[in-house]
Amino acid sequence: MRRLALVAALSLPFAGHAGEAAPVADDPALEERVMRLSHDLRCLVCQNQSIAESNAPLAVDLRNQVREQFLAGKDEAAVVDYLVARYGDFVLYLPPFNATTMLLWLGPALLLVAGAGWLGWRLRRRVREAPPPLSAEEHARAAALLDGTAKPSQESRS
Amino acid sequence: MKAKFLVPLFIFLLLAGFLGYGLKLNPREVPSPLIGKPAPAFRVPQLQAEDKTIAPEDLKGRVWLLNVWASWCISCRYEHPVLVDFARNSPVPIIGLNYKEVRGDGALDVKGLDPATELATARQRARQWLVEHGGDPYMVSAVDLDGRIGIDYGVYGVPETFLIDQQGVIRYKHIGPITPESLRDVLMPKIAELQRAS
Repeated sequence: MRRLALVAALSLPFAGHAGEAAPVADDPALEERVMRLSHDLRCLVCQNQSIAESNAPLAVDLRNQVREQFLAGKDEAAVVDYLVARYGDFVLYLPPFNATTMLLWLGPALLLVAGAGWLGWRLRRRVREAPPPLSAEEHARAAALLDGTAKPSQESRS
Repeated sequence: MKAKFLVPLFIFLLLAGFLGYGLKLNPREVPSPLIGKPAPAFRVPQLQAEDKTIAPEDLKGRVWLLNVWASWCISCRYEHPVLVDFARNSPVPIIGLNYKEVRGDGALDVKGLDPATELATARQRARQWLVEHGGDPYMVSAVDLDGRIGIDYGVYGVPETFLIDQQGVIRYKHIGPITPESLRDVLMPKIAELQRAS
């Protein structure tokens, strides 16, 4: 009995998925076009979902609009223009390149260039700051130290 | 380079500054591309006068407000007293856009409802709501049964309010309920400015 209750409790979260937005048009090809475009359009109510995924009433309305306009013979670009004219670039998951979105598009590249530049500068500086090679005397002392034959020098004790 | 250890602190402050600014932005406020554009046309039945219609062109020559509302909209209840109060001595007419009165209410099953019944139901519900919530601040309310007008105006959440000038151009959009503060500090100055311009 307890196990049954546990199973029921665990399967509860899946119950919410039962109400997936059902395709409406009879024409599967058209429906696929609608859904494909809808995946690229942002729902304004639940902003991290596309209008294909969202069940918000507005998303349903907008999907219906997309379908209606396809039926009226409009192509993808025309439908996108229709929605952008009403809701702005915000509806696009792939925003156009313009003055306000410049930083968005170029930001990652700028960061990469800046990071690479900084790294290059650091590496160059490190090479310049490398200590000069050992003199013959220092080499001899180092070899003696490694052999274990050298007496500890004055400096090493201090 | 003595102060090198301060570099992470500066980076932190810079990030904190950006993030703090980001906290103040409201992601729900999507700027409308319709500002500066002519108000989209429509002609639909009025809410109160059953045999009359209303269209934006009926208000040509006047500055007016278009307020999107519905009886199922919770925020509208907070906004409504402000509007009723404002309408008493408003310098401009407020036109209501009753948005998806029947279809927008998730509690109602509207499948197979014919348009005439839907319109009658919408009128009955909306009027009753106005009576129950302190009166009708609207000169006229337009009935947008299927939300098509809402889409044309880029409405994505009720309530929203548009300020439209004498030439029928949208000059400002207020998203969310109007508060006494937003009325006093934003809408009233904008209305006054538009009226002076005429």
